[in-house]
Amino acid sequence: MSTERSGDFLVLIPAFNEEGAIGQVIGEVKAAVPGARTLVVDDCSQDATRDRAAQAGAEVLSLPYHLGLGGCVQAGYKLAYELGYDYVIRVDGDGQHDPANIPAMLAALRESGCEMVIGSRYVNGPAGHTSPARGLGIRLFRWILRPILGRPVHDPTSGFVGVNRAALGVFSRSFPLEYPEIEALVVLQRKRFQFREIPCVMRPRVAGRSSITAFKSLYYVIHVLLGVFVNILKFEGRRARG
Amino acid sequence: MERLQLTMTVLSLVLMFLVLYSVRRAHIRVEYSVSWLGAALALLLVSRSRALLEWLNGYLGLHEPAVALMMVVFGVFLVVFYRFSVIISDLKDSNIALTQRLAILEYRMRAERETGA
Repeated sequence: MSTERSGDFLVLIPAFNEEGAIGQVIGEVKAAVPGARTLVVDDCSQDATRDRAAQAGAEVLSLPYHLGLGGCVQAGYKLAYELGYDYVIRVDGDGQHDPANIPAMLAALRESGCEMVIGSRYVNGPAGHTSPARGLGIRLFRWILRPILGRPVHDPTSGFVGVNRAALGVFSRSFPLEYPEIEALVVLQRKRFQFREIPCVMRPRVAGRSSITAFKSLYYVIHVLLGVFVNILKFEGRRARG
Repeated sequence: MERLQLTMTVLSLVLMFLVLYSVRRAHIRVEYSVSWLGAALALLLVSRSRALLEWLNGYLGLHEPAVALMMVVFGVFLVVFYRFSVIISDLKDSNIALTQRLAILEYRMRAERETGA
């Protein structure tokens, strides 16, 4: 653990009650990008997530109480920004994101100059194991976001994202608290930042259950729609998009 | 109508007493009691002033002063709830920022200790 940055990028893993998966995820990150600094942000888990992450060799930022995904990710972004990192790759702690894709995301961030790179399931066509309800939701949000972003986005709900320092600065000051992925795209568009999608394969969860249950799906859609439109109201005019 | 006005008067007095009692017992902070006391006072005023109620009834184009009274009650509480939503949102934002700052400071302190050890 150090208060100095090492290298120019950080792998950020938000985790809540992921004791069954976190060790494997950290191991895979270390295998994919040897020597990478890995920071687990533990969102006040009630299980042994924090200990498992430390045992696996990650640094742990422990939140004293549960903030939810957005607050948890933002805490990591704030620390990364303060430590001076140029790039942060976010990998979920449940094992759905394959860390083998991290080098490609990092290369895309460095070479494209985009502020954000999204690991997308759909950029090369339909993904295998997405549920019909989730697929429907993703299609709805694609349709809504198309005119707002001024370009298509294939996988707006993907949490497998990399950001550069400019986006890190914005997100460390302002980041959506619940279900942040879609709203974060609108926040970036407000700043006229660019994003790029690269193909990634998402895997089933290693352990635990998704926080988005069937009953929460409707709330998710309404909440995100409201969040998107509130963010549109904050747009500073419609000039010079993209 | 008189019975409704009397009920409103009693309710607004009970609300005032409850709020002042809570402030005295430190269950409600003074700054947050102002909205409730303002609401109770507005209700007391409207329920005791028949002329004001009649004017409001005519102004809103209603046929029954009782409806005007209920609209005032609804409006007053809507304003109070809005004010508290703003306060709660502000408190939540501060809470999140404090929690994140605390976690980062703990992280930095631990790192300093490990570096020094």
